[in-house]
Parts: sequence; structure tokens; C-alpha cells
Amino acid sequence: MKQDIYLDNSATTKPSPEAVQAVVECMEEIYGNPSSVHRKGLEAARAVNRAREAVADQLKVDAKKVTFTSGGTESNNLAIKGAASSYSNRGKHIITTAIEHPAVRNVCRDLAEDGFEITYLTVDEMGIIQVSELAEALREDTILVSIMYVNNETGSVQPLDKIAGVIKRAKKDGKLPLWHVDAVQALGRLPVLPTKMGMDLVSFSGHKVHGPKGIGALYVGTGVSLRPQIVGGGQEGDLRSGTENVPGIAGFGAAVRGLVKGEGTAAEHMASLRKLLVEGVLNGITGCRLNGPPPGNIGAAPHIANISFNGVRGEVLVHWLENEGIYASTGSACSSRKQVEHSVLKSLGLSEGEAEGALRFSFSPENTVEEVKVVVRKLKEGVEELRSFAKMQ
Amino acid sequence: MRRVYMDHSATTPVRAEVAEEMYKYIIDNFGNPTSLHSFGRQVRNAVEEARENVAASIGAKTNEIVFTSGGTESDNMAIHGVAHANKNKGNHIITSAVEHHAVINTVKALGKEGFTITIIPVDKHGVVDPDDVANAITEKTILVTIMHANNEVGTIQPIQEISKITREHGVIFHTDAVQSFGKIPVNVDDLGVDLLTISGHKIYAPKGIGALYIRKGTRWKQSLFHGGSQERLRRAGTENVAGIVALGKACRLATDDLESEARHISQLRDRLIEEVTSNISYVNITGHPTRRIPGHASFCFQYIEGESMLLSLDMKGIAASSGSACTSGSLEPSHVLLSMGIPHEVAHGSIRLTLGRDNTEEDIDYFMEVMQPIVERLRAMSPLDQETEFQMNSECEACKVSSSCRA
Repeated sequence: MKQDIYLDNSATTKPSPEAVQAVVECMEEIYGNPSSVHRKGLEAARAVNRAREAVADQLKVDAKKVTFTSGGTESNNLAIKGAASSYSNRGKHIITTAIEHPAVRNVCRDLAEDGFEITYLTVDEMGIIQVSELAEALREDTILVSIMYVNNETGSVQPLDKIAGVIKRAKKDGKLPLWHVDAVQALGRLPVLPTKMGMDLVSFSGHKVHGPKGIGALYVGTGVSLRPQIVGGGQEGDLRSGTENVPGIAGFGAAVRGLVKGEGTAAEHMASLRKLLVEGVLNGITGCRLNGPPPGNIGAAPHIANISFNGVRGEVLVHWLENEGIYASTGSACSSRKQVEHSVLKSLGLSEGEAEGALRFSFSPENTVEEVKVVVRKLKEGVEELRSFAKMQ
Repeated sequence: MRRVYMDHSATTPVRAEVAEEMYKYIIDNFGNPTSLHSFGRQVRNAVEEARENVAASIGAKTNEIVFTSGGTESDNMAIHGVAHANKNKGNHIITSAVEHHAVINTVKALGKEGFTITIIPVDKHGVVDPDDVANAITEKTILVTIMHANNEVGTIQPIQEISKITREHGVIFHTDAVQSFGKIPVNVDDLGVDLLTISGHKIYAPKGIGALYIRKGTRWKQSLFHGGSQERLRRAGTENVAGIVALGKACRLATDDLESEARHISQLRDRLIEEVTSNISYVNITGHPTRRIPGHASFCFQYIEGESMLLSLDMKGIAASSGSACTSGSLEPSHVLLSMGIPHEVAHGSIRLTLGRDNTEEDIDYFMEVMQPIVERLRAMSPLDQETEFQMNSECEACKVSSSCRA
């Protein structure tokens, strides 16, 4: 039987054995409510704190700055809406980019309906913003800048140090802007150091880093005030009410601890796989285009490769590959089931046809060179077959 | 040491059958339900099967169920969503004085946004009078949110009577059924509600999962979460698949076992109440004598600090709570007890014992064995001299509240 080759790690990852074990432990033993004062409650509260420390260690921040949420989407919503309503008396201007995840894009769209003004920064053909455009867009009344770290469809990495410089200067000039970074795709692949990198708010998701689904976190920097979006019992320092998802939190913590161990080498390994895939496809199959920065480029994330295959519909190729036990995706999972708009790829300047034929391959540290070689071979076969089929019609 | 868990209203352990089902979706079937490939399709089917189970357990249609991260999110989502979708119709919201903080604080936040709020009082048993609701409704009323069963005293509200009134006036009705679901029958049509909140970890499913029932045709919009198009645009964010599957399983088990468990647990609870009130003096039962959820026993022990009682019990391996878990960190007496007219000093001695499917007769024996000496010890240390106080004060406040006060 064929071995599955899972290259859809940007959609979701397989929970690590440590994460699974932590979940199981919290389901079977540590089942108390962390707010309860008795022993069962204390055990659960301790499990939550241990996980909070694991996440804080990875980010090199104080554990108090880590708030657990139900996932990346909630983290983004809390950061942006929470900041918008907390600072609306200082201004109603928000800057973001044309390529954000829907959890940022749609929040901004909703805020626009509420009277906020949104500036969308454009990206070049690599999917990278121009920092000068950001500097020009900043105004007295800009309260928030939301720019993602790694794009979920193309793997483009934004020039965070330069962005930090621009925002730092604006803050020196007495402007407010808080900086929110959606780092859901970056954690565990690239360094995420909020304090050092000058970020005020950073979103994370558990299931993208080999933790369970239904859990995420938001880093909230010193002096940042957010209006809570879910109110109630006042858990998570009043920032996010609701009984803590103890198994989810513990699983997330264990997964993050696993990232620490693999730091550096895991990213290098994934980058080498990406290079192998991209070069193998571009050299071996005609009519292909890499969407996003080439291997070795500073703007390329190690784990995501987005490639357009001319004359092939992405969805058809996904299913063809699936028959061969290879799992990839068109665009992001979040949009793959609805009428695909390819807004991110179009922002990079792709034509309708190129966007239609785009596939995303996303790696985990578990993937191997052998797997990638199989994928390149199978892709060649599949693309040729589908193209000749299209010609016949 | 023997360990007895009597805090099932705070949270429940996960049932083995539920956990087993859940593990499959963490370990092997880890796909993202939105993915096109088989990893995605497989879990998508599991999510929909769970939705059918949840819907069936409350008599709803499948597409009326939205999965959330828990009871708190469901309450926030329900109330916010109705308020914002009906803004141009009116701005008046009615709730009760004994709601969970997830409801109270959401309503309060809306109060700051220009909505007007009416809080319906309760009687000494914690019951809302439906006539009060009828009288509070105005042309501007868009939402009534009143819980099904109270989390601190277990009192069951007359939801059917209230829904008759809201229906007559065309007002949307939400109920927080977190504490009642899985313990007494909860059927959305029988209750006549438009939105209903349930939580996983109160019914032997894990924490971090819940659901909101939204009756078809209800004017509601998502105003908390924006992002991907999951849950048919009603709740963005990658689905917590394992949690959802577990909730589905737990709902089915809860429905199957409802009668037998309610019988077993009520019987234990009745014995517990009987033993406590007949063997320990100066104890009031809080909540309604009969209209209460099975398993729920709550008391005020006069002349004792609830917190000391909990710690003493904990040292003997018994897990209980004062009021709700969410507020156990705070020193303020419970708003629920105060709104039932229980005086401050009496409310401070509150304790909640909530039994579950694993509790036994021996647990009750052990509790009584442990509790009596604790009460004696703590009362001996109490600065309040009970005897003189009772001789001096013929207008004992506690007597107004409960007939079990012996002053």
C-alpha cells in the first residue's frame, strides 16, 4: 500500500505525540475547572500555567503576556476589534495589506462598516509589501497596523525589521499605531520574538504547530489595552472569558515545547525540501510558475511553496494527487470550499488562469527528501495527463 | 485518601466513550474540514454527524446548530448577534438577576453601547415570575435572555411560560441551558426558545467546545467572529473537530441515559439534603425545594465562611464549590444569592454540592462523616456568637429566607 504523503501542513498539522499525550492526560486526570479552589481546580490551573510558560518561553516574553483563545481566528478578531474599540477615541484609521488571512481581512471589512477607514497596502509579484508605502500611509489617526508574518498561501515573509523601524519612528513622533502580526504560519518555522521585534499584538494557532484544533493564543504587549470580545467569568485576565480549554491549552503547550527542540534544524530541513520541490517542478515540468519568493530568498518561508501549473485546474490536480496518496491544496483551506476568489494570488499579479492552476504544498519537519522526489515525479505525470486530457476536449 | 468529586456544575470528567471517540480525531483523523482532499472530507463528515447528534438531542434541525468554543462564547454570540441584527427595530433587552456572568456581562457591555436593559428580579427560591417579564416588554424590546437552570442554586425557570409571552409579543428568546442540558429534558420546541446555549464540559465532553442553537428564521447575525466561511458563515475559525465529535457523542449518551441518571442522581441528592438539614443546625437550603436540577444541592451554613469550608473539605479529598467556579476567585458574595434576598453574612457561608453519574451512596456517607466535624470546628472558631445573636435578634434576616433557620 502507498504511504500517504501529507503536504498540507498549512491547512492543519498532525498533532505531535507529546501534544496528544498532554490532551489525554487533561481529559482523564486533570479534568477540574481551573477557576475552582479545590485541588482538582488547582491541578488544572497549574496545567494551564505550564502551557502558558511554554508558549512564553518560545516567544521569550513574560507569561502574563500570553492569552489563550479558541484559535488563530479568534486571536486576530480579539487583537483587531479589541484594539479598534479600545483606541477609537484616538483615531479610526487602520492599515493592513491586500494579502491578509480572511480572519484579518474580514474583520477589517466589518470595521469599515462601523466607520473605520482601512488602507490596504499592495504587494509586489513576490507578495511583499513596500515599506515606503507603509510609511506614507501612516497618519496621526492611525491606531493599528496589521501585517502578517508569513502569508498562508504563498509563504511570502514580510520585511518585519523594516516595518518595525517605520512603526517605531511613528511612535517616536507621537503617533499611536499598535502593530498586530498574524504569526499563525510563522510560529515554529521562523523566529517570533515579539518584544525584540517591536510587535504589540501577535496571533498564534495551535493546530498549525502540531497542537490540537480549537486552541490559539494572542501575545499582548506592555501597555496595550484591548476591549474583550467575549465577556463572562473574567478568565484569562478578563481578556477572554469562558472556562479554559485545559486539554487544548496543555496540548498546545506540549506542541510548542516540541518546536523549541527542533528550532533551526527543522526550518533548514523544510527549506531544503521546498528548494527540492520548486527546482524539481520548474526544471522538470514546462509551463509552471512559482508564486512567491524563490528558494534562498530572504522573503521565502521554509515550509510553503505555491506553484501554478498552466492549463490545469488546481482542484482537479489536487484530486489526481490524492489518488496517488499525496495531499496538497489549492490556496488556503479556509477558502477552498467556497467560490474561490484567489484574492491573494491576484494581488501578486497572477491572471485568472494562473490562479486557477495554483497548488500549495506545505511541509512539516517530518516530511522527507524521498517523499518530495515522489511528489515531483507524480506531479510531472499528473500535469501531463491532465494537460493532454484538456487538449482532447 | 478517598477522593470525592462533588463539583459537576463547575466541570465534569470526560466519559471514557467520549474520550475514545475524540482521540481518533486528534491522533489519526487530524485533517482540516475545509480541505478538499480525503483528510478534509473524512473529518467534515464526522463534524456533520456530530451536528446531527447535537440537533437530535434538543429536537432541533441540523442546520440550526452552530459549534462554538463553549458556553460563554455561545451566550456572547447569541446576545450580541440578536442585538446587532435587530438594532433598527429596538434597543431593549430583558434578562434576569440570576444569570451567569457570560450573559450578565454581555448585556452590560451592550448597555454601554446604547441598549437599555431591564433586569427581572427573582423570588426567594430564585424563580423569575413570567408576569414580570410580560410587564417589562415594550415596543422596543428585541430580546429576552433568561437561563433554563441556575448554576449556583439549580433552580429551574418557567421557560415555557416565558416563551408564551415572548411569542405573543414577537420578541426573540434566548436561554442559557448549560446547566440543564443533559440533566433534564431540553427540547427547543417544547421550551419555545429561539436560541439556546449548551456547553460540552458540563456533560462529560471536553472543555473548549459548545454549541448555539439558532432557530431557523431568527434575526441574528455573527458579530463576534469574522474570518473564513466555516459553520455556514456563522462562526469563523478552523473547527475544533475532536471537540465537536466528542460533543456529539456526549449529547447522544446524555439523551440515552437521561432518565436513569436523573433518577440515580436525584435520589443521592435528596438523601444528601435530608442528611445535611437533619444533622447539622443553622443550615438553609438555597434554591427551589422541588424545581431544581437533579444532582444540585446548595446550602448556606450560617456562621461559617464558605471558603474555609471548601478548603477543609478539600483537605479531606472532597471537591465542592461556593457559588460558581467562575467567581470563586472573588471575595464578593454571589449576586445570585443576594438577589434571592439572602443577607450578605449568610451568603458568605454558601456551598454548592453538585453530584454526577459517578457519585455513590458511599460518597454521601463520607461527606457527612467529614462535614459534621468541619462545621463544628469552624463554628467554634467563628467570631459570631450564634446563641446570643439569636436570642437578641428576633427579626433574624435568615428566617425570612428559609424556614429551616431555627432562630
